[in-house]
Amino acid sequence: MHPIVEKTVLSPNVTRFRVVAARIAEVRQPGQFVIVRRGPGAERIPLTIADADRAEGTITLVIQAVGKSTMDLCDLGVGDAIQDIAGPLGRPTELLESGHAVCVGGGVGTAVVYPIASALHRSGVRVTTIIGGRSREWVILEKELGECGDVVACTDDGSHGRAGFVTEALKDVLGAGGVDAVYAVGPVPMMRAVAELTRPLGVRTVVSLNSIMIDGTGMCGGCRVNIGGKTKYACVDGPEFDGHLVDFDMLGDRLSAYVDYQRAAVERREACRLERVP
Amino acid sequence: MTGGAPLRERPQLGKKDRMAIDRQAMPEQEAELRSHNFREVNLGLTEQIAFLEAERCLQCKKPTCIDGCPVRVNIPRFIELLAQGDMAGAANSLLDDNALPCVTGRVCPQETQCEGECLRGKSGKHGLPVAIGHLERYVADWANAHPDEIARHPAAPSGRKVAIIGSGPAGLTAAGELVKAGHEVTVFEAFHAPGGVLLYGIPEFRLPKDIVQQEVDRLVAQGVRIELNTIIGKTYTIPELRRLFDAVFIGVGAGLPVFMDVPGENLKGVYSANEYLTRVNLMGAWNSDADTPVLHGERVAVVGGGNVALDAVRTAKRLGAAEATIVYRRSRNELPARAEEVHHAQQERIRFEFLVAPLEVLGDAQNWVTGLRCQRMELGEPDDSGRRRPVPIPGSEFVLPCDQVVVAIGTRSNPLLTSTAPDLKINPWGYIEIDQNGMTSMPGVFAGGDIVRGAATVILAMGDGKRAAHAIHAYLNGGGAAA
Repeated sequence: MHPIVEKTVLSPNVTRFRVVAARIAEVRQPGQFVIVRRGPGAERIPLTIADADRAEGTITLVIQAVGKSTMDLCDLGVGDAIQDIAGPLGRPTELLESGHAVCVGGGVGTAVVYPIASALHRSGVRVTTIIGGRSREWVILEKELGECGDVVACTDDGSHGRAGFVTEALKDVLGAGGVDAVYAVGPVPMMRAVAELTRPLGVRTVVSLNSIMIDGTGMCGGCRVNIGGKTKYACVDGPEFDGHLVDFDMLGDRLSAYVDYQRAAVERREACRLERVP
Repeated sequence: MTGGAPLRERPQLGKKDRMAIDRQAMPEQEAELRSHNFREVNLGLTEQIAFLEAERCLQCKKPTCIDGCPVRVNIPRFIELLAQGDMAGAANSLLDDNALPCVTGRVCPQETQCEGECLRGKSGKHGLPVAIGHLERYVADWANAHPDEIARHPAAPSGRKVAIIGSGPAGLTAAGELVKAGHEVTVFEAFHAPGGVLLYGIPEFRLPKDIVQQEVDRLVAQGVRIELNTIIGKTYTIPELRRLFDAVFIGVGAGLPVFMDVPGENLKGVYSANEYLTRVNLMGAWNSDADTPVLHGERVAVVGGGNVALDAVRTAKRLGAAEATIVYRRSRNELPARAEEVHHAQQERIRFEFLVAPLEVLGDAQNWVTGLRCQRMELGEPDDSGRRRPVPIPGSEFVLPCDQVVVAIGTRSNPLLTSTAPDLKINPWGYIEIDQNGMTSMPGVFAGGDIVRGAATVILAMGDGKRAAHAIHAYLNGGGAAA
């Protein structure tokens, strides 16, 4: 069991938890993830380790409530516990050793980009982070990322920071020159757009793929992605890949395989909650 | 154990009388009914049938059945005790030799092992072997229902610690043997529940999961510790374990799915058998209330002819597929699956496309599977495995319409663990090399099961686990220690 010691609501559907997982806190590296199972009957879902505190023996998980399983997790509070956490899984981020890195985070992807930005900053790399959300309340971790370097916040409606998509801001940063690598994590269309921006410039671009997984150890093959024409497993060969080689069509397509099931599960969940209302 | 327990009133039978008893059938759920539920197919022998079947055993002076058993269960002994009505005696005899008899009694390919060697199977017109597997299951289930009757001979604690990696059949067997010898045993499991392939791979209708849990519980009661959610190679490395434990046994299986390497394999609706069965078995997707979904195919094609393929195709049928088909590139005679599974599958109206090889998975505009383009094969000259090699028949291409494809053509070694132990010698296929004692190139680190031999059976993995446990015991007695 992994007790929750801290819970912070970051945006209308994104929640940050700090949970006890001492061994994982000790050995995890940026870019790695865990498989989390809330309790009996629950799904196993992959979550990037957003941060870790070795001294406290805790790891930080940032969860976006999009389906039943993530909604159930986000309902947990301090004092509750997550039954199963396995990891750390996946390959660590290949960090730029010097120069200027741009980290781009869309939605909950910002939480995945944070440990990368933080590690780059610690090793002396100049970091610019571009993060985005629909409006002010959807922009997360701006303060934390500010400790790693410059931050450009973007909102679709202009209610906070710059108006427009993160790619517009990225275009400007790339235009100024001197960018050695881009780390982009977010919705598939965002990562695709980032990769298309950097491709003609030949700027190394790393994306983190959130394909559907069960075991996280290479056993099921469900997370297979097409990288430069070769099938790879996001869980063991990734989750980070060269964005210029990723077949984003296939990624988006495979991610959609269970949308009907997910919708039905959310509807059942809502029906249950309504029944419980006196 | 049993003290003065009343034994059974046993008929006085000569060899001729025994030979006159026909092999007793296993009661089973009716095929039409069971092909719509996940309850166990075989219902288990009644006491009356079990006693009658036990009387068929001739108690051979040189029992060849034992030679056919990878863990060398003393078969005539437990059958004799059963025939005498000494259930506790039979159960303890069986458990002395076999850590997981409820499992093996259900999933062993008896026809090529113990029963394949049974003299009664070779004797003319009464040529059916004693139903050793069914009797084993009967005695083992009795043992699980009567835990107080099971003897414990705890050896004096040795003070030595052994790590077992993987809680599948090899690991659990090794754990059982080592704990009996007085060692402190910790089993590390990557999943959230113990059992390995017994849990995620073999379906409920063939091996109920509460049976697996009971077998694990018995080992835990004997002192085996199980650490779940621990991935060796990630959470800890082998060199780290080696420093913490006096010996290590690797029984992680061959957990990497093999795909066909044909176009269309990444379409929605194509599963590896590992993924399909894990969703259904481990994650409980057979129950529509489970959080983990599985796609329900209307017409499901399963590629392969082994036990895993049969498990997958029968699962598809139970999930409601109108048409569930095995696509196998050789003929019926080469099917590697257990005879009983093939028989049961046929009763359940599973379709078999023999001598057919897939060329491409076809999909619609939304990338959902619509069919499997195949070609017909004929058998040519024998290949390395001694089986006749399937050769394509020119111009024989056809499309098998389906909305789901499950690929069950085998597994390979998973590099997750071996890649973090550079001193561990592996062969060109990624399997771990061992010496005649089951020891790897790292002193004090042993290995067995599929990660050594490649994808095989539960019982062969158990045999490896048992042999390695004895070698580990000898190693520890010889002064082996944490490094």
